[in-house]
Amino acid sequence: MFTPIVFASILPEILILVLGILILIFEPFWKEDQRRNAGWLTAGGLFTAIIISLLFGQPGEPTAVLGGMIRFDWLGFFFKLLFMFAGAATALLLMDHETAGRRGEAYLLLLASLLGMNLMAVSSDLVMLYLAIETASIPLYILAGFLLADERSTEAGFKYLLFGTLASTIMLYGFSLIFGFSGTTDIYKIAEIFSTGSISPLLGFGLLALVIIGLGFKMAIVPFHFWAPDVYQGSPTPVAGFLSTASKAAGFAVIVRLFFVGLPEFSSSWTLVLAALSAITMTVGNLLALPQTNIKRLLAYSSVAHAGYALIGVVAFSQLGAASVVFYLAAYIATNLLAFGIVMAFSRVTGLEEITDYVGLSRRNPFMALMMLAAFLSLAGMPPFGGFVAKIFVFAAGVQANYTWLVVVGIINSIIGVYYYLNVMKFVYLYRMPGEDEEKHPVPLTSSYSIALVVLVIGVILVGTVFAPFFSWSDAGALNLF
Amino acid sequence: MIPLSWYLILAAALFSIGLFGVLVRRNAVAILLGVELMLNAVNINLVSFWRYADVSAMTGQVFAIIVFAVAAAEVSVGLALVISVYRSRNTVIANDLNLMKW
Repeated sequence: MFTPIVFASILPEILILVLGILILIFEPFWKEDQRRNAGWLTAGGLFTAIIISLLFGQPGEPTAVLGGMIRFDWLGFFFKLLFMFAGAATALLLMDHETAGRRGEAYLLLLASLLGMNLMAVSSDLVMLYLAIETASIPLYILAGFLLADERSTEAGFKYLLFGTLASTIMLYGFSLIFGFSGTTDIYKIAEIFSTGSISPLLGFGLLALVIIGLGFKMAIVPFHFWAPDVYQGSPTPVAGFLSTASKAAGFAVIVRLFFVGLPEFSSSWTLVLAALSAITMTVGNLLALPQTNIKRLLAYSSVAHAGYALIGVVAFSQLGAASVVFYLAAYIATNLLAFGIVMAFSRVTGLEEITDYVGLSRRNPFMALMMLAAFLSLAGMPPFGGFVAKIFVFAAGVQANYTWLVVVGIINSIIGVYYYLNVMKFVYLYRMPGEDEEKHPVPLTSSYSIALVVLVIGVILVGTVFAPFFSWSDAGALNLF
Repeated sequence: MIPLSWYLILAAALFSIGLFGVLVRRNAVAILLGVELMLNAVNINLVSFWRYADVSAMTGQVFAIIVFAVAAAEVSVGLALVISVYRSRNTVIANDLNLMKW
């Protein structure tokens, strides 16, 4: 039962668990003003875990371990590395949050959620999958409502919980019916049983609808996106960044494996449904982002739109499609965390979150303004940043699968996106603070922010320029699905 | 023996009642109750599918037990959040929680 390959397959999760226990042990001994050190411990530990996993936990041939609960392959492994990277960056950003950063529980909840996301990426059984999704979600409900003194935060946590439990319960109902009609919960066996055609297309369509509601909520695709702006605005900014990147990517990790491996029999219906959802998601996300005045709500709607672009790769239902989704998420995680990190760094000093508050940032902190430019240009899909290459691959997959109309919708939407991203940069670079000398209002960065933001900027530029190794990893992962 | 479809219809009805409750009720605790009804409908589904298929395979029962555990965790976090909202806002009516819109 416990052979070396079993340990190798869950090595990242073991390390995360050990890290969580270490925080539990050390945190009570630290004084109030030292507790932010838990952030260094979390971030350092996660980077160490990434390195150890790369050295000792690399998957070979795809194998089913732990009684078929977990699939040990490159797709899951690459997703795990992405989640742990996002977790480390979030921990660094969380450190200097004046209330949440001084509480050891915040880091522990982050790690618990990360554990669930890692398992979401590798689950090959519906029981495990449901358990992993809930392990990832429940700590995030608490983190969103973490600031008890802040009415917006408690409201955000509450709304997230209500919508989240409803969506996951509807999805669970779908899982129970899939189990009933196929007689198995193993995703890799479901396909064989459904391929005999024992189930009517109408019923299949109903099952898909139930599952898409649950996963659509996690990925924040229209029409299951309405929680996203409220929750992102209300929850602590680093948590919002984590929600919009890792949590969304985990939803995609599940949808790719479940639909490509488990439900290829119904591919004609789900590609059509997801193509329609993708077009609506891009359009609604971008159009609703246009009138926003709060920067976190703007980023929330932009993240809704990005889920639409990434869905094009799922719709393509090909190896290139799967690889492009994984690559898109890698670029998007780095870019969006960078954007949220800058919003966090800015509001920590000034306490402001409106777009018009960013006037004259280029003079108040030129370095930060430059990083913000990189983040927003990457979100808009400009070379040489990650967002550009990622969009190219996704659109290429769409064209290859004869979804040209969807790609055209995507390109039109990218153009709308450029407008509102550059609109923010207009305030940063072109406008000045009225009647003030900007030099007297600097926006300093603390050491943890500097490290996190510089690492993320390097990530965004690396993914956009030296993209070959990242794409070959994504492609190796995608190969495991076919 | 009672046919399987009766159990499935019962579960579907229970699920629909729960969903109706979630969508219509405005009290947060009642919404959580609705979610619990939906989860129990899932459990009826799982256990009846298990009973009418291969009884020696334990999957259905194990799945149902895991659903209990998760439901308990979810509701405890849910009630904690309801209390934290009640302390700061003095209300548990979902419609009144509208600080953030559009």
